Amino acid sequence: MKQCWNAALAAGALALSVSAQAAPPTPEMISFSCAGCHGTNGGSAGLSMPSLASQSKTAIIDAMKKFKSGERPSTVMGRLAKGYTDADFEAMGNFFSRQKFHPTAQAVDKAKVAKGSDLQEANCSRCHLDDGKDGKDDTPVMASQWLTYLQMQMDLYQSGKRKMPEKMAEKVKPLSKEDLDALLHFYASVNK
Amino acid sequence: MTLDRRNFIKILGSASGVALAGCAGAPSISSGSAGEIMAKTGRRVVVIGGGYGGSIAAKYVRMLDSSIEVVMVERNKQFISCPFSNFYIAGITSDMNALTINYDKLAANHGIKMVYAEVSAIDPAAKTVVTSAGTLTYDRLIVSPGIDFRTEEIEGYNAQTPDIFPHAWKAGAQSTLLRNQLQSMKDGGTVIMSMPLTPYRCPPGPYERSCLIAHYLKQHKPKSKLILLDANPDVVSKKPLFTKAWSTYYKDNFQYIGAKKVTQVNVAGKSVSIEGVEDFKGDVINLIPPQRAANIVVAAGLVGDDKKWCPVDAVSFQSTKHPGIHVIGDATALPSEGPPMPKSGYSANAQAKVCAQNVVNLMNGKEPVEFSGINVCYSALNEHESVSVANVYAVKGGKIISVPNSGGISPADFSQTKAEHVYAASWLRNILTEMST
Repeated sequence: MKQCWNAALAAGALALSVSAQAAPPTPEMISFSCAGCHGTNGGSAGLSMPSLASQSKTAIIDAMKKFKSGERPSTVMGRLAKGYTDADFEAMGNFFSRQKFHPTAQAVDKAKVAKGSDLQEANCSRCHLDDGKDGKDDTPVMASQWLTYLQMQMDLYQSGKRKMPEKMAEKVKPLSKEDLDALLHFYASVNK
Repeated sequence: MTLDRRNFIKILGSASGVALAGCAGAPSISSGSAGEIMAKTGRRVVVIGGGYGGSIAAKYVRMLDSSIEVVMVERNKQFISCPFSNFYIAGITSDMNALTINYDKLAANHGIKMVYAEVSAIDPAAKTVVTSAGTLTYDRLIVSPGIDFRTEEIEGYNAQTPDIFPHAWKAGAQSTLLRNQLQSMKDGGTVIMSMPLTPYRCPPGPYERSCLIAHYLKQHKPKSKLILLDANPDVVSKKPLFTKAWSTYYKDNFQYIGAKKVTQVNVAGKSVSIEGVEDFKGDVINLIPPQRAANIVVAAGLVGDDKKWCPVDAVSFQSTKHPGIHVIGDATALPSEGPPMPKSGYSANAQAKVCAQNVVNLMNGKEPVEFSGINVCYSALNEHESVSVANVYAVKGGKIISVPNSGGISPADFSQTKAEHVYAASWLRNILTEMST
């Protein structure tokens, strides 16, 4: 195919032959488009949008499948996920899991961060490894996500619109509103 | 009126002089000076226009192959976003800075060479771009020029008309003018909005603007009213959502009238005329003229038989008129099956990435890759509610299609409008950050 293209280039016979001979979309081709909302390479600058950079492949695929089925509530994500196949989700997972962790600098409450750090250690650290920086299996990277985004998702969990994984529900149940708020401040503060 | 040379120059004056910052960073035509601006250091891509399409194309070519030299030609040092400029026009925000970016970080982070100049000509045979600062040679050219107006289709429209009847369809001085006119209008006044036949830049934009102006009037000038004259026979974007917003929030001060194409202006009489049979008088008149690809690509022979839009290949966005030149964004006529990708900022962003990847592939003798991209457009209904349209696009048989059984508009029960308003703000932040870093 490469030779074929060199020949086409040499002959200058390119314009009309491109569509017929294009290769299927690469992971980059599929994933670049997400950046309009999620930032270049999945590093978000928008307070209500999560960073996708450095999420585990499984977490990306799991999220996209749940958006597609409607199990995870959304606005535009469900409509968009329906336009992709499982193979596309896999390509997105491959792309975003290869991107570097996206640190953010945001205003957080220091007292809440300290309290949240203890709560993380005692309750969440078996799944949310390394202060929430490690996206293992289907556990998302929490560190440096925007506080606004984290709070919006916690509201969805608390209202029952987004279903908590069983292990998470067990741990969250005894925690107060203030505890949860402190935890979110902690995750938002982790940026190294 | 016929497009003789004098009128043509006047039209160019109105299109380029008034808009301090074109939405797509559209360059305008001026006399070029001879001499090469900078010697080519190797393989070079020149990008014309630093808007939603051009800035992203320049960035992604460099991200994908840093051995390719990229020179971006843009006439303005700052870019002001059309998306969200309706918030500014309607007084919901007074901060134009939130809509404004510059290119300093983008250029430094990615090694893009900036040339702040106006493009006067493109020579496809010589592979050169002539600008007010000199000439640039290229191996491949990506043009993201945005739109200009077909003002010749409106009788009585001249270079001064947009100073009185602003279009505000290129953000910047025009947005400020319309905002000021609305704010200084007496209570009890009438605002007329006129929008053109499709295709035009940002299909839901005029309807969003009508909601936000009606919102402004409701809050600040309750005896005033807004009339939207749509040249199209019916609402062409997010119809169930806008019609619900109008009837729910603005039934007392807003009227939509379809199939009203403005064909004549009477600036002194502050009125617009429909085919000479019906006049609408307004204290403020926001006249959005019919559109075509920017003047520079018309002059370069990149538009199709319709003399309006640039036909391109659906994979590499290479012009079917001139190989070696790629056109993206609002200026394009994409080969499409079904509803076409809208002329939006997000579409330009997605197209820029597809184009950049395939320009890099072609320059490296590699097979191009099929299009995959999305469009998401948010429209505000008032200061705390927004709705959206979202679609995934792919290529089938050489044509761009919206992937079946996916995409669509927000639920009509308005159950998500508040959340979407919050997401819309993050969309703006992310997409402008992507363009400027």
